[in-house]
Amino acid sequence: MSILVYIEHAEGAIKKTSLEAVSYASALGEKEGKEVVAVALGAIEESALAKAGSAGAQKVLHVADKKLNDGVIQAHASAVGQAFEQSGADTLVLAKSSLGDAVAARLSVKLKAGLASNVVALPEENGGYKVRRSIYTGKAFTDTVITTANKILAVKKNAVPLKSDGADAGVEALEVALAESDFAAKITSTDKASDEISLPEADIVVSGGRGMKGPENWSLIEDLAKAMGAATGCSKPVSDSGWRPHHEHVGQTGVKVAPSLYVAVGISGAIQHLAGVNASKYILVINKDPEAPFFKAADYGIVGDAFEILPKLTEAVKAIK
Amino acid sequence: MKILVCITHVPDTTSKIQFTENNTKFDKTGVQFIIGPYDDYALARAVELRDQSEGSLTVLNVGEAETEPTLRKALAIGADEAIRINGFPSDSLFVATQIAHYAKEGGYDLILMGRESIDFNGGMVHGMVAEMLGMPSVSPVMKLDLEGDVAKIAREIEGGKEYLEVKLPFVAGCQEPIAEWKIPNMRGIMSARSKPLNVVEPVSDEAATETVGYELPPAKGAVKLIDKDNVEELVNLLQNEAKIL
Repeated sequence: MSILVYIEHAEGAIKKTSLEAVSYASALGEKEGKEVVAVALGAIEESALAKAGSAGAQKVLHVADKKLNDGVIQAHASAVGQAFEQSGADTLVLAKSSLGDAVAARLSVKLKAGLASNVVALPEENGGYKVRRSIYTGKAFTDTVITTANKILAVKKNAVPLKSDGADAGVEALEVALAESDFAAKITSTDKASDEISLPEADIVVSGGRGMKGPENWSLIEDLAKAMGAATGCSKPVSDSGWRPHHEHVGQTGVKVAPSLYVAVGISGAIQHLAGVNASKYILVINKDPEAPFFKAADYGIVGDAFEILPKLTEAVKAIK
Repeated sequence: MKILVCITHVPDTTSKIQFTENNTKFDKTGVQFIIGPYDDYALARAVELRDQSEGSLTVLNVGEAETEPTLRKALAIGADEAIRINGFPSDSLFVATQIAHYAKEGGYDLILMGRESIDFNGGMVHGMVAEMLGMPSVSPVMKLDLEGDVAKIAREIEGGKEYLEVKLPFVAGCQEPIAEWKIPNMRGIMSARSKPLNVVEPVSDEAATETVGYELPPAKGAVKLIDKDNVEELVNLLQNEAKIL
């Protein structure tokens, strides 16, 4: 038996969240005595795929079919399902992501596999297969027992340590049969900011709220983010006002982030915003209102004017880099 | 145009989450239940699309009798009829099985729901329903327009958007800004009382997972406040205490 990991890639490299999924599978494989096999779809160099070995994959199956370059949900589900059966796997591990969720759901039905999403720990296998998951948007955990023989585990981002031992995995080509109906949804174009750090995957996020007073002041947020090597985000009122694009909106109905450090500047801390950031390891709040509810959720705080504090903080961060 | 919108019945976002009976049951004391926020976006867009095409809009929930006020609210917002599949939504597979079975004979052109529920955050039901019905699925959808029998969709991807075209019928998991939430007006609330709300028994009890317990994360310690004139101290803490920078 083996564990199959569905890995996503972008701009020629495996995504960090997928490397986390491989690391999770590697720890699971050691525990269960199973081989860890990764599968990647579409155009990516073999040398880039071999790097999955460093996170613990013993082998990478590459379905190089160009039709899979776009992340068409049905086609990816079909290809990964075939890889699952051909590799003799009984467990599929993948990163929870916009594509991963959609692919996992279809595969759960195809493979008759019980599915646990937002997984944050390795399963306990004492007389059952019990997996800990994050629920209520990070406000609680639940233990879910998967009762089927095949299992799918969607790992929450930044929830497991990234393994990196420098080993390379062998890469093998894999052929799959794809039907025309797998491509019923056609991707016509994409609109992606390529030079930014991806917000959902970032290790540090600097976010601004209405306290920034207008989009013309965003360079203060961007300067601090640049100094820290962080992605930038914003609160809902900011994206609703068009100051920042929607894909930067962090919160309950926007992007949920789980960085090591979340920096909230001029954000009061509405519960809907907190729901999007409460999986952060540390939270730093900068707000001139000492009563801002965000301070209750913060690890570090500065009460004061962001327009004075941000330039000084940016300089202080640059000084230690 | 026949549209089916599947909604969840979930605790309000601001609810304090607590568990009872030795951490095996969700504590409903003082909790207000609402239409899942993502489902509210799906419903709002469905009302607009139904109005444009003069079709019908059915709203469905898999839940026990306590979810009926949530279904009535969806009727007040603009759904024409409501279906409650009378079962406890024990896991995604159970819910998807009920929806797919109900929708199979319905000839729906569009099946919409939120990208995920805000209780279990699985985001799985739309994909499962689509797979069971042999339809395409698209999620998370932030824009959905129809041109004849082709939908033009914008889907959120990490750090951007993806544009797609897909022929009806299909299943979509929705999110903002697909439409503005609709607040029921008095006329809607009055008319919702006379709209049909039918109760259907579940077809099977098939589930692939079982929830066995809950736990709250450890309580957060107090915030460490740093003087605004001493940002170096903050950087020092981030570097040496939190070990981040």
